[in-house]
Amino acid sequence: MDPSLVDALPTPPALNAAEDTDLRDRRTFLSRLLRHRNAVIGLSILVAVCVVCLLGPILWAKNPTTIDFAAFGKGPGIHHLMGADDLGRDEFTRILYGGRISILVGFLSMVIGIGIGGVIGAVSGWLGGSLDFLLMRVVDVALSIPSLFLLLLLSVVFPPGVLSIALIIGLSNWMRPARLMRSQVLTIKPREYVEAAHAIGSPPWRILLRTITPNAVAPLVVNGTILMGQAIVTEAVMSFLGFGVQPPTPSWGNMLTNAQTFIVSMPWLAIFPGFMVFITVLGFNLVGDGLRDAM
Amino acid sequence: MATFIVRRLVLSIPLLFGITVVIFFLAHHLPGGPLAMYLNTASVTPEQLQHLTVQLGLDKPVYVQYAEWLARAVRGDLGHSFGDGRAVVEVIADRVPATLELMGAAFTLSVVLAFCIGILSAIRRDSLFDYVVTVLSYAGMSMPIFWLGILVIMEFGARLHWLPTAGMGTPGQPFSLADNLRHLVLPTCVLAAFTLAQESRYVRSSMLDVIGQDYIRTARAKGLAERAVVLKHALRNALIPVVTVLTLDAAYLLSGALVTETVFAWPGMGRLFYDSLREGNYPVVVGIAVMVSVLVVLLNIVADVLYAVLDPRIKYN
Repeated sequence: MDPSLVDALPTPPALNAAEDTDLRDRRTFLSRLLRHRNAVIGLSILVAVCVVCLLGPILWAKNPTTIDFAAFGKGPGIHHLMGADDLGRDEFTRILYGGRISILVGFLSMVIGIGIGGVIGAVSGWLGGSLDFLLMRVVDVALSIPSLFLLLLLSVVFPPGVLSIALIIGLSNWMRPARLMRSQVLTIKPREYVEAAHAIGSPPWRILLRTITPNAVAPLVVNGTILMGQAIVTEAVMSFLGFGVQPPTPSWGNMLTNAQTFIVSMPWLAIFPGFMVFITVLGFNLVGDGLRDAM
Repeated sequence: MATFIVRRLVLSIPLLFGITVVIFFLAHHLPGGPLAMYLNTASVTPEQLQHLTVQLGLDKPVYVQYAEWLARAVRGDLGHSFGDGRAVVEVIADRVPATLELMGAAFTLSVVLAFCIGILSAIRRDSLFDYVVTVLSYAGMSMPIFWLGILVIMEFGARLHWLPTAGMGTPGQPFSLADNLRHLVLPTCVLAAFTLAQESRYVRSSMLDVIGQDYIRTARAKGLAERAVVLKHALRNALIPVVTVLTLDAAYLLSGALVTETVFAWPGMGRLFYDSLREGNYPVVVGIAVMVSVLVVLLNIVADVLYAVLDPRIKYN
């Protein structure tokens, strides 16, 4: 259509109305989410964990790597809220710093996984044909190697470090988002409003970005929430096995590596880090559930 | 049916090719190169290293090495372990029974429990039982398996001394089945818990789908006993989607087995992979990674075939 014709159309009132419903939709979405009991429990857990881990080290000014043999093996008490470890380091401080790393790795790897998966899925679904076939076979290959075996191999190939871990976990988590995005694009492609966008002469990349993507992301958001929880467990497992975050940098996973040796004399070392992983992942799963129902 | 299976097998060949390419090239980039294990050994001289490099063909371009490896691999030769020089296939075969024992026991336990729990919570929907199971399955899905393993060792091994927590048998004693089974209990429970939460949810939701159908109402209207309605009419139809998921879960169990075997010092394939990766025992690492991937591909085919067999509405040509 001729651009001047589009300009001539009497659109302003219609646009305002559209914005109104958009706003109402967003409000009802939030209120639906906040009425969802599981989602509220999950959100509360996540907010609490994030606030404590992000602000904690500022208020509780201890060093997570300071070795204090006088505190060796002290149980939970006033000076050491969660006790001290086999080198007399304060367990609570280490939990807080470890939490920052877990959340960072979880977030980055989720962004990487959803980013790669979203782009590959969108391109695959939009272009179709032999490229689609090829990309989906790559997904099949990546899904056939059991994840932990692939992750451990990757972790040895990449230089050790927190960013590497995030990248590795992201690289092993893009396949399901890719399949999700592809099927979303395939469902939306034949709809009338996409045809309308074609009819007014929008370029294809613009239709993909502005018309299809906003309508396709909902399941990806749900998947992203659950992926972030899974990434935190994955980081913990890898660090526990010695292929993730390397000591002395604390992480919930590598804090458990030594705990097995002191299972009788210092059981708190085995309980607290694992419990943190557990409730954080529980939080993400509950929120993911709430998002799925609210969307 | 036979043509369907053959076709699925043929289609999986390019897939297997892709998998071996990914694993081979990843392993080729291990730090220190493929001979890293020998680099740290003082008794190995540079001349010996040079000799090994030529002998193993490591001086050739990567794609040539891959082609040679593949040519041998399809004939069942995965090279030799750097550790003791035995054939990789032999080294892995030694560990397969331990993994199969653990995975088989865990899979059986979790499937049996998942069906009991799933069916009960579906027919008693919204009861106290259903509610408790729901809460527990949320907990189970969020539980890191290695932490559960540590907790179990702490409680049943270190504190109560009920069961052994490491290995497949008591060291120094001749093999006895009773001893072996006692060692099997804790790792099996931990590994089963890994999939139980998910599986019981699948069974529950699949049962709920079926129970709402007209033919179930018809069966009840005929005056059939509730037991027959649930077990014969509902369960048979609810099984179809569940069986596929369970087959795919068996593949997922492999990753869980790696963790469980490491925590409980269970001498299986997962533990061997972990040890080999730490030592830089490159041929064994590649061998195991390829074998578990082949297993996953085969299980995917089994899932497809089962689906076609169980559901007469699906035509498999």
